[in-house]
Amino acid sequence: MTTEEKAAPPAEEKREDSFLSHFLHNLWAANTVTVTVLSIVLAMIIGAVLIIVSDENVLNTFSYFTARPSDALTASWDIVSNAYADLFKGAILDPAAISAAADGSGTWKQVFFPISETLTYAAPLVFTGLSVALAFRGGLFNIGGQGQAIMGTVLAGVAGFALPLPPVIHLIAALLAGAIGGALWGFVPGILKARTGAHEVIVCIMLNYTANLFLGWLILQKGVQQEGRSDAISETVKGSAQLPSFGGELRANLGIVLAVLATAGVAWLLNRSAFGFELRAVGANSHAARTAGISVAKTYTLLMVVAGALAGLGGATQVLGTAYALTPAVAGNIGFDGLLVALLGRNRPWGTLWAALLFGALRAGGNRMQSFSGISLELVTVLQALIVIFIAAPALVKAIFHLRAARAARLGTSIAKGW
Amino acid sequence: MTGVSTATVERPETSAAAPFWDRQRRLGVGVVVIGLLAVVLFGALAPSETARFTLSDDAEGAAFSINGQLGAILFGVIALAAGGVLLAGLWRRFQTSMLSLGILAFVLSFLCWQVAGKFLPLVDTVSGTLELAVPLILGALAGVLGERSGVINVAIEGQFLMGAFFAALVGTMATSVWAGLFSAAVGGVIIAGILAVLAIRYLVDQTVVGIVLNLLALGVTGFLYERLMQPNAQSYNQPPKMPEWRIPGLADIPVVGPVLFDTNLLVWLALILVFVVHFALTRTRWGLRTRAVGEHPTAADTVGIRVRGLRYLNVLLGGLIAGAGGAYFTLVATGSFNKNMTAGAGFIALAALIFGRWTPFGALGAALFFGFAQKLATYLSAVGSPVPSQFLNMLPYLATIVAVAGLVGRVRAPAADGQPYVKS
Repeated sequence: MTTEEKAAPPAEEKREDSFLSHFLHNLWAANTVTVTVLSIVLAMIIGAVLIIVSDENVLNTFSYFTARPSDALTASWDIVSNAYADLFKGAILDPAAISAAADGSGTWKQVFFPISETLTYAAPLVFTGLSVALAFRGGLFNIGGQGQAIMGTVLAGVAGFALPLPPVIHLIAALLAGAIGGALWGFVPGILKARTGAHEVIVCIMLNYTANLFLGWLILQKGVQQEGRSDAISETVKGSAQLPSFGGELRANLGIVLAVLATAGVAWLLNRSAFGFELRAVGANSHAARTAGISVAKTYTLLMVVAGALAGLGGATQVLGTAYALTPAVAGNIGFDGLLVALLGRNRPWGTLWAALLFGALRAGGNRMQSFSGISLELVTVLQALIVIFIAAPALVKAIFHLRAARAARLGTSIAKGW
Repeated sequence: MTGVSTATVERPETSAAAPFWDRQRRLGVGVVVIGLLAVVLFGALAPSETARFTLSDDAEGAAFSINGQLGAILFGVIALAAGGVLLAGLWRRFQTSMLSLGILAFVLSFLCWQVAGKFLPLVDTVSGTLELAVPLILGALAGVLGERSGVINVAIEGQFLMGAFFAALVGTMATSVWAGLFSAAVGGVIIAGILAVLAIRYLVDQTVVGIVLNLLALGVTGFLYERLMQPNAQSYNQPPKMPEWRIPGLADIPVVGPVLFDTNLLVWLALILVFVVHFALTRTRWGLRTRAVGEHPTAADTVGIRVRGLRYLNVLLGGLIAGAGGAYFTLVATGSFNKNMTAGAGFIALAALIFGRWTPFGALGAALFFGFAQKLATYLSAVGSPVPSQFLNMLPYLATIVAVAGLVGRVRAPAADGQPYVKS
């Protein structure tokens, strides 16, 4: 918001436009907010098309579309509106649960269940998103969030079931272990970039799969694999190392609080600390930064270590907050989702937090959509990918909706560079 | 701007003369280390039993036999010798041969240790290697086409998935392998088309687009799989498998015959395409223009080459090839589509492309090496080896990191790779 005010040329402010006309003028311009909202709308529309074409009953009504178009249109509308209504009910609020709680046939816990789910899914994404966003600001593309998160789950998980420690200390130790795991995995591309110039994207991609294979191997080792099980699952994290949650159905845990704290921490680091200044300088122009006396090599290495630690914490919240045991897919897709979250949040800490909440909501709602409307959860992946495609190509959205050029010309999220 | 060339290295290379620890000597140290590892570790662990390398699909027939322990030590010594030659700075002309000899001897030493007391069917190993390498070769070639003209293609994985999905879907509905293969290529082109438009027309960061397109392909194919294929596999997910063709005469040559001349079309297609792309890149007008556009688009534009047009063409051609590579998963390997069935193969293809230094033959070599590592991993877990298969599967990724870090030689991307061209 502030940037739009700042960007408005002073000459126009003198004309004393009314707030409303100013608002309307900006509404259909290609500014950040409009593009984001329209991207989400476009993604939902394409998602709706996918829902319709993949439903045989609805498709059958289209076979006699010219004879009775109303059938096809109602059928399409019904299936799409039901799906998206379930998405909303599963993510934010279900009116039925409120009325049930009000007349005593339901509990208030059920009312808060959707929000709790959203927060649960959002917490790890905040961390991995922050990791990518921070690295972006330093001119590095941390595509290795997945590998770092996996190493975070590994170390946090192992610390969670192997260390004999008292309650609070155990949790702190496990979280620290997760951060260290991620930091180690971030250190490798950082030091290689600084020392040899090896492109961090290539190294990160390779490390993602290395971490995945390492996890797959580790789970099956004696002492890690749960006793009496033949499948790939580790011992359960001890209660003393689990992130405290509301209990029962409400899975939301301390992780989301830590995530908000981390966001504030990253915001401070970026905008208020000396290291933040250095990394932004390096990110803006590494040659100029070097001339100014900033050690680019040191900044790259340290930046990747911090970014890795953040992603590792994301993995730790996953295993200590919801999964409680290592499995081959324990980290899910949080690393790559974090990348999307950072892009959606325009690489700003608080923007990343909101983007992670949106993605968490989509995921939580997707679960309900799958069980109530029978629409595969994969639709959420499609929606997320589409939203980010449109966000990353604001010129495309601008062309589709014939938006005015924005005054704030800050839409180029592209950091176009080669290997 | 910050390509590989602008390394932030501050090497203390003070003298202009060649330093003592030049590339060859550093390679020598590496080869000596693996040679020592082979002699000491593999030699000590290998049981003193016969290792049989049979020339067939199974334990039958003629075989090379060697005592496992003796072989492990012998080949380890050969690796040591090759490393010694490199380290001493001798025979500089044969540097690459010595390096290859050292690595080969190391692998053979490892095999002697693992196979001691058992047998390794060579035909099965070689044909398995080639089959596993086929999608990698095709994916890496798609990468070569795009990246030599300056468009990074991280979406190989997505193109594979789309190709595999379309091959299964259309192959079943048309009950024809060839319709499946054709539509697989179309599936690859769809992803390539989105990549091209976003990267070339809308100047979006190409790595970002690639990663997001992978997720999109994963989501769309997974969604349609659950909605269409799972409830009704009979009519949507049972494509006919690709037939194996046997060329009489040639197929009777030992080892090479059954591997190369009793196989499916996709294997031949991959191998032929390597030659075609190599020839086209180095010997034709299109190839010269592609390389010019990938290295210096402004210069290419000045002499009248349509930079964007050529990039579109190359990315779409790449999509065609990668999509066909995706067909391997459904039409050759498994016979049906499954959610996320490529499981990272696209990224191994990307690794092969980089490890092969953005050249067709390099990609072929890297793909075969990675395919061999995968095949060996399955073999080892089948015979109950103490070496975990996961570590062998890590090999492609670790090798690529070593390569890009310049620890063994230096890989260099095309200069304008990943930089959108804006006509000024």
